[in-house]
Amino acid sequence: MDGVTITNAQYYNNFDGNQSGVKATIDGTEMFVPLDPANRHYAEILRQVDAGTLTIQDAD
Amino acid sequence: MALSKILPAAQEQYAGARNLVINGAMQVAQRGDVTGVTFSYGGADRYEYISGSISSIVTLSQDTDVPSNQGFSNSQKIDVTTADTSLAASDYAIIRQAIEGLNLQHLLYGTSEAKKVTLQFWVKSPKTGTHIVELYHGDAAYNNPQSYTIATADTWQKVTVTFDGYQPTAINNDNGVGLYIHWWLAAGSTYSGGTLTENTWHNTQANRAVGQVNVMDSTSNNFYLTGVQLEVGEQATPFEHRSYGDELRRCQRYYEICDVKFNGYGVGGAQTNIPQKVTKRATPTATNGTSGGYTYNWTFNSISSEANEMSVNGTSSSGGYRVHRYDIELDAEL
Repeated sequence: MDGVTITNAQYYNNFDGNQSGVKATIDGTEMFVPLDPANRHYAEILRQVDAGTLTIQDAD
Repeated sequence: MALSKILPAAQEQYAGARNLVINGAMQVAQRGDVTGVTFSYGGADRYEYISGSISSIVTLSQDTDVPSNQGFSNSQKIDVTTADTSLAASDYAIIRQAIEGLNLQHLLYGTSEAKKVTLQFWVKSPKTGTHIVELYHGDAAYNNPQSYTIATADTWQKVTVTFDGYQPTAINNDNGVGLYIHWWLAAGSTYSGGTLTENTWHNTQANRAVGQVNVMDSTSNNFYLTGVQLEVGEQATPFEHRSYGDELRRCQRYYEICDVKFNGYGVGGAQTNIPQKVTKRATPTATNGTSGGYTYNWTFNSISSEANEMSVNGTSSSGGYRVHRYDIELDAEL
């Protein structure tokens, strides 16, 4: 997915206050991405973080 | 006395689920048309358009242009809306389908018994000349390209190619990519500057798409595909026509639009479960839809790959107590 544009990445929490996923704008659409390495969007988020081109903000 | 009938060998091989490809007849198109993309699913389910570096842009749609008298009603259409007439070295464009490793263990890759597979498809290309279709081993990162020649532009043509099995590396028995089928549409010299060795597994980028014509060089170009079947063995058997419902369920393992309904207050504190019909390949990405004139801004409290184990809470632009109905897209594509 190296052609995908990801911005506004931020962790979000569930009811219990535990980290639930990453809310991010992916190719212009806001998506809720689970913390599952088998999920292609999360895998791409991790790849871009490792490449230093994306930072995930802490949850509110 | 029980009676049974043993089919002759020639008929027996046609029984059962032979096609490793999902939505080979392009029947299912849950997303609808997707316009203005460089990297996206769209049109027929399970087919992803990918590109890199190239400046071309496409619209992906399910179409009714099909080969005559083959029993197909739909095709996948790639409509070039922004062209790239001069390819740079790293430019490429591909339409592909990923096949999950869990569904490929009977190919016995990684053993001396690795099986051959045969791919057949109908294609209508705007360009005559050499085209490349390849298998890509997801766990070994090796490619096996083969060429086919389009004799007449904008004319349906059936293509059949057989690929040798890959003995050095197994396909992992997991929910990751086992194989990709790549239909190349354009390839710069990084991918085409070498030597094509048909039906040979390799990891040399320059040998992947040697001779591939540039399908992306005009906004008049439309590329169509249907009747895709990948099966074990060296013989292309008649296309396995599945029911729409069967194909839909297969597709929903990877993508589903959930129609969520509940009664309650839409602003603040609303909570409901998402009724997935099919357990997903992996935990899906969730996207809010807009429905009934209201915009819903849900937070996905608990995202799960399992049906009925996923909940949301949040707000909508609709205040007051009412029946809320909206769509949520769940994406667990490879």
